[in-house]
Amino acid sequence: MSTAASLANTTTFSSSLSRRQQAPASISTFNVFNSTAQRSFKPLISQSIVVPNPTVSRHASIVAQATFDSSPSGSATSFHGACYVVRDNIDTDQIIPAEYLTLVPSKPDEYKKLGSYALIGLPESYETRFVEPGEYQSKYSIIIAGDNFGCGSSREHAPVALGAAGVAAVVAESYARIFFRNSVATGEIYPLESEVRVCDECKTGDVVTIELEKSLLINHTTGKEYTLKPIGDAGPVIEAGGIFAYARKSGMIAALAT
Amino acid sequence: MTQAAIQHSPIYIHTYQTHNDHVHHNPISSMAASSAISSSSSPFITQKDAGVSPLFAHPSKSIKICQKKVSTKIVSVMTPQQSERKPSATGSVKTGMTMTEKIFSRASEKLRLSPGENVWVNVDVLMTHDVCGPGSIGIFKKEFGNDAKVWDREKVVIIPDHYIFTTDERANRNVDIIREFSHEQGIKYFYDIKDLSNFKANPDYKGVCHVALAQEGHCRPGEVLLGTDSHTCTAGAFGQFATGIGNTDAGFVLGTGKALLKVPPTLRFVLDGEMPDYLLAKDLILQIIGEISVSGATYKAMEFVGSTIESLTMEERMTLCNMVVEAGGKNGIVPADATTFKYLKNKTSVPYEPVYSDDQARFLAEYRIDVSKLDPLVAKPHSPDNRASARECKDVKIDRVYIGSCTGGKTEDFLAAAKVLLASGEKVKVPTFLVPATQKVWMDIYTLPVPGSGGKTCSQIFEAAGCDTPTSPSCGACLGGPKDTYARINEPQVCVSTTNRNFPGRMGHKDGQIYLASPYTAAASALTGFVTDPRDFLR
Repeated sequence: MSTAASLANTTTFSSSLSRRQQAPASISTFNVFNSTAQRSFKPLISQSIVVPNPTVSRHASIVAQATFDSSPSGSATSFHGACYVVRDNIDTDQIIPAEYLTLVPSKPDEYKKLGSYALIGLPESYETRFVEPGEYQSKYSIIIAGDNFGCGSSREHAPVALGAAGVAAVVAESYARIFFRNSVATGEIYPLESEVRVCDECKTGDVVTIELEKSLLINHTTGKEYTLKPIGDAGPVIEAGGIFAYARKSGMIAALAT
Repeated sequence: MTQAAIQHSPIYIHTYQTHNDHVHHNPISSMAASSAISSSSSPFITQKDAGVSPLFAHPSKSIKICQKKVSTKIVSVMTPQQSERKPSATGSVKTGMTMTEKIFSRASEKLRLSPGENVWVNVDVLMTHDVCGPGSIGIFKKEFGNDAKVWDREKVVIIPDHYIFTTDERANRNVDIIREFSHEQGIKYFYDIKDLSNFKANPDYKGVCHVALAQEGHCRPGEVLLGTDSHTCTAGAFGQFATGIGNTDAGFVLGTGKALLKVPPTLRFVLDGEMPDYLLAKDLILQIIGEISVSGATYKAMEFVGSTIESLTMEERMTLCNMVVEAGGKNGIVPADATTFKYLKNKTSVPYEPVYSDDQARFLAEYRIDVSKLDPLVAKPHSPDNRASARECKDVKIDRVYIGSCTGGKTEDFLAAAKVLLASGEKVKVPTFLVPATQKVWMDIYTLPVPGSGGKTCSQIFEAAGCDTPTSPSCGACLGGPKDTYARINEPQVCVSTTNRNFPGRMGHKDGQIYLASPYTAAASALTGFVTDPRDFLR
């Protein structure tokens, strides 16, 4: 398990994520990311054939053929690690209880602390703790969930805490909208949807791989494979590297001065 | 539709067939929750035929709403022809649009759009508070530069309200951060608080953001209001599009005044019938959430119309829209009418233009509810959709009652609670915590006469009943908060609360058991020490 954790957190491993944003040259109190920080959401470069229907939905069939990006930041094409399984309706208070919301995610040291509290609100029926006491990161880099993951509050601290704890991706049956949006906007975790209730078939500790281009979740422990839904409308935003990068790409806002 | 089938489907629903290949079947939800409507789809399916038939011969009897969860089978019944709606305000609309679609259309400057489209909208008001403000500001500065200015210093409303009356240093620091930013940017609407020991010593301080937004005239029909809080949907009561966003989106709006949003399809809820005097809007929304589940409205707009809605006050409409997020809803919305305009008079000088759904607007589904058949409800632990009647829970012993929050801490909520206590004349049997949402609410509790009391104020009635003294206005313990938050649940206790969520640990302790209820039900429960139907006191 520890191998999986370290794999998920090193920049050299092909499935790792690096910070999607580079810190600007001027360091201010609100400067977010340590330049040596391990992870960020890599832009997924893909050839997308978008269905020419203006009412494209999150579930519409966008055929994404990922090509490998050999830019310095690399590109996420797969995630690999031990999974942590949760049930339906895991709300934001369970992901990060309100008492920890005094931590400001854009401050590096407080960002780190948020990771230590990720999923600390889960009831005692979850026997395995997500983050061990005294640790800042989890040994589980992939979360498998049921329906309506992330329901409740709009607090961005929720996907941030998961990302800070080392989560690379979540495979849920469905998401609450604000949480999904925040995941995409922050780039902290890659929010994927399964076709079936994978939370019923996977157990905490199973070693899994997510192949993005094949939209596949592979559980090595059970030997089963599951199709994932295409990312949908969020694809172009994720591709660009988040909402700011997306807006810059289209010329809506000026390029970041560095 | 057979008679037997009607008995099993107490709510009239008609659903739109879509061409979407990926119709998402939520096993909990009672409807096919597809997230897009193809513009070429046929509008109705019924068990009889696939064509449009507005004069489907359905008997117009009222069916008592079954309290059980609707099964996953969808039973489609054509509704009777809709009553006439006001004509579209924009005039340039060629095809039918819902009011939410019209707001998106205007805000994105697109003549036509359909649910599922992603559009850049112009934001009229952005709200943030002490919990999410600092993070949003951090992102704003990082992305736009340390010296960047917000897109419009009169359209950003900064309202400290969450963790105010606490000794937690980080919480106090967060209020300092938003103050510093407000001064630096010349933010016109920053409702500051400096003296934590006496909220009244802070003339600018308001309290709970969603109530303050309404009271200060920031909610206007037809506009787009975004806030870094899930209950921003409360403002939909004013006939506007209002929804919650995260820090990153807020940082983006701060710099550009725009947001990338997907046009939601609309679920329509038609509530008719005279509101019984033991029911409040909280009961209505608990009824609906229990019906469609906590994910029944995900990515959708929830539009509330009907004679009952028209009879509701603004505060009651706010309660209704407040909890749409608990059904996963993107926004809640109530058409603006005379009640709205009267409320807004003298509160805002910004001109506004209401919009209304067209007669031929397309809804994903329509639910009709006869409110005269409903009972006072609770949402049992640990989910807002865990619906039961208060009566069914009469054997549940409770440890405390909490009356407060944007959901149930407004002036009318306290008047309602006082009404029940007055009717009883007895003292409460459990600690009863009163947390006014804003300074104004606090003032009202101490000054407004309670009808039928011979001129007594709420505060006098509360005191006579042995409730705790109304505390400093803020979000309080609705979401737990720092450990020293007043009325926080710090032990595994049972609480009846007028708040909005009851997931594990919501008000503090992981094993706290929270029953969500209306102010009537909360007050009745305080009087008996058990979950109690307010009819025990009000009739």
